[in-house]
Amino acid sequence: MAIHLTKESKVLVQGMTGAEGMKHTRRMLAAGTDVVGGVNPRKAGRTVDFGERSVPVFGSVREGVERTGADVTVVFVPPAFAKAAVTEAADAGIGLAVVITEGIPVHDSVAFTAHAKARGTRVVGPNCPGLISPGQSNAGIIPPDITKPGPVGLVSKSGTLTYQLMYELREVGFSTCVGIGGDPVVGTTHIDCLAAFEDDPDTELVVLIGEIGGDAEERAADYIRDHVTKPVVGYIAGFTAPEGRTMGHAGAIVSGSSGTARAKRAALEAAGVRVGSTPTETARHVLAALGRPARDGAGA
Amino acid sequence: MDLYEHQARELFAEHGIVVPRAEVTDSPARAREIARALGGRAVVKAQVKTGGRGKAGGVRLAADPAAAEEAARHILGMDIKGHRVEAVMLAEPVDIQQEFYVSYVLDRAAGGFLAVASAEGGTEIEEVAAERPEAVVRVPVDPAAGLTTPTAVRIADAAGLPPQSVDVLVRLWQVLVREDALLVEVNPLVRTVDGRIVALDGKVTLDDNALFRQTRWGERHATAADPLEARAAAKGLNYVKLDGEVGVIGNGAGLVMSTLDVVAGCGARPANFLDIGGGASARVMADGLSVVLSDPAVKSVLVNVFGGITACDAVADGIVRALDEVRPTKPIVVRLDGNSAARGRALLDARAHPLVEQATTMDGAASRAARHATAAPTAG
Repeated sequence: MAIHLTKESKVLVQGMTGAEGMKHTRRMLAAGTDVVGGVNPRKAGRTVDFGERSVPVFGSVREGVERTGADVTVVFVPPAFAKAAVTEAADAGIGLAVVITEGIPVHDSVAFTAHAKARGTRVVGPNCPGLISPGQSNAGIIPPDITKPGPVGLVSKSGTLTYQLMYELREVGFSTCVGIGGDPVVGTTHIDCLAAFEDDPDTELVVLIGEIGGDAEERAADYIRDHVTKPVVGYIAGFTAPEGRTMGHAGAIVSGSSGTARAKRAALEAAGVRVGSTPTETARHVLAALGRPARDGAGA
Repeated sequence: MDLYEHQARELFAEHGIVVPRAEVTDSPARAREIARALGGRAVVKAQVKTGGRGKAGGVRLAADPAAAEEAARHILGMDIKGHRVEAVMLAEPVDIQQEFYVSYVLDRAAGGFLAVASAEGGTEIEEVAAERPEAVVRVPVDPAAGLTTPTAVRIADAAGLPPQSVDVLVRLWQVLVREDALLVEVNPLVRTVDGRIVALDGKVTLDDNALFRQTRWGERHATAADPLEARAAAKGLNYVKLDGEVGVIGNGAGLVMSTLDVVAGCGARPANFLDIGGGASARVMADGLSVVLSDPAVKSVLVNVFGGITACDAVADGIVRALDEVRPTKPIVVRLDGNSAARGRALLDARAHPLVEQATTMDGAASRAARHATAAPTAG
């Protein structure tokens, strides 16, 4: 099973013919992703040779969907074109749009997430590493070789913290890891992923990684208390972040007393979530909750 | 990026919102002339990007040009919550009958903008909301339709704002959209004794991501106050200066924030946040290390990289370059994992620099770096 992305997912890449798009399409294919086409109106009709597979370039998302039955798109286009790209994907009936692009104006993100939602298209991102269901499919830029399939579901605002936890828990493995992105407005939230993991028979436990800024973690804590029966292990980054400074991610800022790591940790713990104080300790909590011994290499 | 009050005022005026006559200066002598031009009396206001100016003594009513000069001299150079006052705005005083509050703020949870309005303006809206929540009206704005006049009428009605403020609500929405703002706030919006609706004070936060299409602000982009931050910004690095002694470099905002926390957990304090980003080149790594090493407060450096897109051999190459370029005198602890980690570690082993040591885990690396920093003599 896994959530949102499976072996059956047929993936288009918007911006495939750019440098980043080419690099990551090659990696996605190597990870087993069924990449069925790229989209670029100026290069429509060509095919791009990726070694073991040639991938056609379509003039529009709609054409790609009609010709291949694609249901997922991964968006690598530059910030100025992201709004048009996601809007086009939603209008073409794509079920899942994964927006990797970093630096998109918030007004554009507000517009395309609302537009997509109204058309039943799930957006993951923007400014995210995408999602991976190890052994099945990889939509985005998460390195596929860190870990293997397994019982842990992971949802995170941060790419590299996701990789760190995937690595710490590489002996255990993951159903799906979703990097929801660090922007103030994102299409898929922690709560959306918690709900999906709760319903996914292949997921036994959920790791929730948060960071300073906003109140998404607090809302996730409320949701966990009321709706999640599977064990959840948490980690929050940013305890040492000063007030009023943006820490890398546009959304990562403590304003006054709101958005602090301390408040988020307290909210999660009050909802029964075990929260690690380092990524390594978080991994140990996962092993303990799964009844597996902590051993060298895993959680060390 | 936050704008200064006088920049916000300028934007409001451009979009047809009535604002008081005003001018900015950094000179007390000039303040006297401005006050004279305004008719003698003037409100002298510190221009700083923080709240609580009034309480800090940064806002004064001057009865005549001489008093305006004296007030400007007093306020200029003042420190308000760590912000040095570099300029004052002199504005014509307005006879206020009633004060209101209006703003558009980003509602992250809803993924859209929220109109906030209250007939109780003039104070911190958070305080009004805490004490009398019913006095603050919140209305989500439809992302597709934007703020329509009927919605503005509804907001004004619900909040008890005068009918003329509907026009202000519509124009303020135009400021938000056309300027790519994340926040526009007028507090207070006042009705004057002679019945005008005037935006007396305002706050605007612009979206840095939109600078590519809001080019006029690019030129005015605030330069970093801290010299290290300015140097890092000039090299395109994502760097924030902090108070401690362990320099921290990593890839990805989340991992770097986490690394700061782990350093703190080891009993040391991080000296900075530096995210070299995804797919960083050797050049970026070398630049980052040279900035961090040039911070006199830094006693040791921790490089924590989990290579996803970033290749650890490029990171190691960058470290080696920096070693040759800046000749460090402080210990550097490096933890490399993920993409091309084995090659990266081998590169550092081959360089065998006496101040560089490698660690196999994030926690281990942080604890080594913390130990170096806390054991080092202060005159290092």
